[in-house]
Amino acid sequence: MRSTTYGKGLPGLALATIVTLGAALALTFFYAPLDANQGFLQKIFYVHVPLAIVALCGFVFAAVMAIMYLRTGDRKWDMRSYVAIHMSLIFGIGGLISGSIWAKASWGHWWVWQEPTLVSYLIVLLLFCTYQPLRFSIEDPERQSLYASVFAIVAGAFVPLNFLAVRLATEYVHPRVLNLEGGNLPGPMKLTFYVALIGFVLLFVTLWKYEMAAKDARAQVRRLRRTLLGDDAGRPYGRSAAPL
Amino acid sequence: MSPLLAIAPALPLGKAGKYVAAAYIVVFVLILVYVGIMALRAQRTQRELDELRRDVEAVKAAREELEHDDDPDESDPAGRGRTERTEQIA
Repeated sequence: MRSTTYGKGLPGLALATIVTLGAALALTFFYAPLDANQGFLQKIFYVHVPLAIVALCGFVFAAVMAIMYLRTGDRKWDMRSYVAIHMSLIFGIGGLISGSIWAKASWGHWWVWQEPTLVSYLIVLLLFCTYQPLRFSIEDPERQSLYASVFAIVAGAFVPLNFLAVRLATEYVHPRVLNLEGGNLPGPMKLTFYVALIGFVLLFVTLWKYEMAAKDARAQVRRLRRTLLGDDAGRPYGRSAAPL
Repeated sequence: MSPLLAIAPALPLGKAGKYVAAAYIVVFVLILVYVGIMALRAQRTQRELDELRRDVEAVKAAREELEHDDDPDESDPAGRGRTERTEQIA
């Protein structure tokens, strides 16, 4: 039986995540200056924007993993894509809720339907929310992996296209503080933001590896059971959306 | 600048603090719930592994007993006991 590789380096990674996120929190509340317009409320920026960026990049990462599955046919790529989408959805929901709280405090509304950035983000999130039901609706594991991979690629390609479309929009209220030239953030705010972004990237990678290790261990237990006690013993209870 | 953004003044700390705390707490709770669910699943896997270990021990013990019974036994020349145990294991 092959040994699990996803658990390797996990404690070190978890420690690095805690240290970086701790540093980001310290920088946010004790170093970054108050925003001239928003005041203390702008502190939400350091959690909301990294969460949204990591979630969107996670969807693209899942699409790359899905391409690898279609190229190789190896189920581990499908599992990686599945877990990446799962993690991205959690981060995406975090970004959505924190953004909504910020909008309520800043604009007086929980949600602004006229705002392309908000609506496009919601569309991407809802699109990926259908990934799990799609998997669950297909019983045959091979077909499930195949269709889910095609979905992940198409939906993943939609993410950068959607981002570009929103960037080209002229009518928006959502502020644009980041661009390829570095944006218009002052130095201490920029440093705090990048530390927070690195912290959330590390958190994503840690949780992704953690879930992969858990799923891999579970699959190994199932395989062992099947080998030792017969085919029926290792069979999962009912239909599963997760790759087997 | 949009009218919505224009009416977004700096809130006093007492009022803004609640929203900032809410945003950070929501994200923290979300991650905590996820980690909690994963911990429960890990416990379930651990339970399954223990169960599997017990099953393996039982199979091993039964095999050892069977091998032990393979030696010619004067009290059971027909090997009836061995046949019964083989059926039990199967």
